[in-house]
Amino acid sequence: MMTIIFTLIIASLIIAVIFFILFIKSVKSGQYDDLYTPSVRMLFDDELVKKKITDKNITN
Amino acid sequence: MSKKDCFHCGTECNIHKIEFDNKIFCCNGCKTVYEILNQNELACYYDLEKTPGTIPSEIKGKYDYLDNENIASKLVEFNDGQTAVVNFFIPSIHCSSCIWVLENLHKLNNGIKVSIVNFPKKEARITYKNDQISLREVVELITSIGYEPFISLEDDDRKLTKINRTLIYQVAVAGFAFGNVMLLSFPEYFEMDEYWLNRFKPFFRGLMFVFSIPAVAYSAKDYLISAYKGLRHNILNIDVPISLGILVLFARSCYEIFSQTGQGYFDSLTGLIFFLLLGKVFQQKTYSFLSFERDYKSYFPIAVTKINKNKTEENIAVHDIEKGHRLLIRNEEIIPVDGILLNGNALLDYSFVTGESMPVIKKSGDKIFAGGKQTNGAIEMEVVQTVAQSYLTQLWSNDVFQRDNPKNIKSITDSISKYFTMIILSIALVAGIYWFTIDKIIAFQVVSAILIIACPCALALSAPFALGNMIRIFGKEKFYLKNTNVIEAISKTNTIVFDKTGTITTNKASQIHYDGTTLTTHELSQIKALLRASNHPLSRMLYDSLTMDESKEISEFQEILGKGIEGIVEGCKLMLGSGSFIGSKEELNDQTKIYVRINDIIKGKFIFQNTYRKGLEEVFKHLAKEFKISILSGDNEGEKVYLKKLLPSHSNLLFNQKPEDKLEYIKKNQEDKKNIMMLGDGLNDAGALAQSNVGVAISENINVFSPACDAILDAKFFNKLPVFIALSRKTMTIIKISFIISFLYNIIGLLFAITGNLSPIIAAVLMPISSISVVIFVTLSTNIIAKKMLHLGY
Repeated sequence: MMTIIFTLIIASLIIAVIFFILFIKSVKSGQYDDLYTPSVRMLFDDELVKKKITDKNITN
Repeated sequence: MSKKDCFHCGTECNIHKIEFDNKIFCCNGCKTVYEILNQNELACYYDLEKTPGTIPSEIKGKYDYLDNENIASKLVEFNDGQTAVVNFFIPSIHCSSCIWVLENLHKLNNGIKVSIVNFPKKEARITYKNDQISLREVVELITSIGYEPFISLEDDDRKLTKINRTLIYQVAVAGFAFGNVMLLSFPEYFEMDEYWLNRFKPFFRGLMFVFSIPAVAYSAKDYLISAYKGLRHNILNIDVPISLGILVLFARSCYEIFSQTGQGYFDSLTGLIFFLLLGKVFQQKTYSFLSFERDYKSYFPIAVTKINKNKTEENIAVHDIEKGHRLLIRNEEIIPVDGILLNGNALLDYSFVTGESMPVIKKSGDKIFAGGKQTNGAIEMEVVQTVAQSYLTQLWSNDVFQRDNPKNIKSITDSISKYFTMIILSIALVAGIYWFTIDKIIAFQVVSAILIIACPCALALSAPFALGNMIRIFGKEKFYLKNTNVIEAISKTNTIVFDKTGTITTNKASQIHYDGTTLTTHELSQIKALLRASNHPLSRMLYDSLTMDESKEISEFQEILGKGIEGIVEGCKLMLGSGSFIGSKEELNDQTKIYVRINDIIKGKFIFQNTYRKGLEEVFKHLAKEFKISILSGDNEGEKVYLKKLLPSHSNLLFNQKPEDKLEYIKKNQEDKKNIMMLGDGLNDAGALAQSNVGVAISENINVFSPACDAILDAKFFNKLPVFIALSRKTMTIIKISFIISFLYNIIGLLFAITGNLSPIIAAVLMPISSISVVIFVTLSTNIIAKKMLHLGY
């Protein structure tokens, strides 16, 4: 009855291969080409948007 | 940063400073950018970095050509009528503020939807609505805030450098295979005699085999191909033992599982390939970092003479040149940018760019290209296109120039790796045979372990890292080397030759007296007109000291190196130069002088007082300890007594040397097995500089960039010369030490492998560890000795 292992292994292999294909697709999409700029970009503040809204509220 | 620096770009504000909003700006341009950013609530720009801006350039009318549909369509990447995408190379991107402001362009103009910056490549991809804003307006917008794009219409087939992602894919496949094979070999590690485990063994082994195939065939194919190519040409390169190891492992493992005699070594095989590729990725990343640094930070600044609208001249740096500027290119100067010839006789030597030494004649109105050397008097040109600084840097280290260069030292890595591979293969053979007679299985393990642990990856990495790091450090100290081979050449020097005028004497602040018939203002302006065309240090000095207007036409200009210049100005024939050149019968006494002869009448002479560079005495003192020093001067013996005092008695002081004499001297000494470093100003010494083992041009911010030199030293840092030489030697020592360290890893590993105590997978892990530790060692030590010697003195 341990023959279930065959099925289990084949199933996990299929899932692994699916993940592998997804990885290849994500590399192809070019998101890893520039690893430096996103590291700088994520440190920018979004305050300005709020400031603009509050400014508009004040002037209104 | 003093209060007098511009708030936007950081350059010192002199007389023209502009005050606005309680801040100081150096020019209207900077103030305008500040205004724009402030009004659009983008003042955050200044919070991220101090003085992040660059002076914006003039835009009026410059980009009108972008309204032309044909041209615009060549630049735009995507256009569906409503939205367009364009990708610009913007050389002035240099900090996080730049990224920030360029990605917030939509705040400056509603027509821009999205803009994304790629910092390492200095590119910005802008998506805009082309019914609201045109391409020209986009370019004008970014130019107005100081980020002018570099638009080159000549690469029409936009170099679609398809980014090479093969290495990433290979690592992915190898890693995938490695992980799965490790999992599948788990049962094999526990030698239990379980019925079900045994039933599944063939299945698991088969799967391991299936996973290993793409790892070997795809991920490892570069190693296999390189080894095969090397063997075809009878060269034993580093990839041979690696490929051998991989193939041996694979073959043996296949044999074992198909004959059911064992479990094979697929885990070691895939692990080996995975770690090897990881090492390669690491190597690639660091190379691109080093070359980025080199192009961006370590280039040498060439200065060029710009003619202002009011006819005055000023020296500006190459990267400040803009389209429409008028430049003066003197005799023997290099044309730094593409442009149109305005006036003068252009006889251009393009050997620097094309290797062709036949000079090319150009007429007024012709287009002239960057990289050519003007060899016939002065010309004026109008700039059409700016050239990226790195273009000239690349030309400098270009192969064209090195083609007949006998100086190409066989790099230290090449010479060692040949012996290394042979020794390893013989050890593997001997050990294999020995163990074969005792126990076949161990024999096989031993051979593969040997081949793996002996992989000399550290060898291939240490020299490039050490040299690359040192070049970067030198560049920061304004000592610019052509390429990494120069460091090795410097370390081998045993003789140093100095030129006198312009090298150990400085062109600035010299005293000039005139002796002879008083010259009228008219005559002086004629002289100045003639001097303008020459780039000789004495000409420049005299030219700078004469204060009158000189916009006169000269014709038949001739500069005879080592003698003087002559030409016809307003109908008068003028000759300036040495006594013998103009025909003076005066006795040669010991002064540096330029005689003046107008229309066959010798009027008198200008006498120059030599001002030696600061720190010259110390430099000579330090160098004299280890090197033989010589001075070759084209000048007369006037300075002999003074120089003799500074130098040890066995030094050679030769005067009245013509350029050919200098070349001959160098050649003769080289035949005596002397390794010569020559320092000159790059002009009359061009031949000698090229002939010597290391040719260093001393630059005082004048455009005497001579491609014959191997290094350029900023004159301000002349007194650091002994330190640079010492550092080069220490770098070679560090490289040798790192070789020893990597050998130690190999030897210890080999000891374990030969005695059969090393499993291939441990070997596969040890290799990247050895590479990483060697790289860290090399980088840290070069940084430490550089810091010590440059900042704390000897």
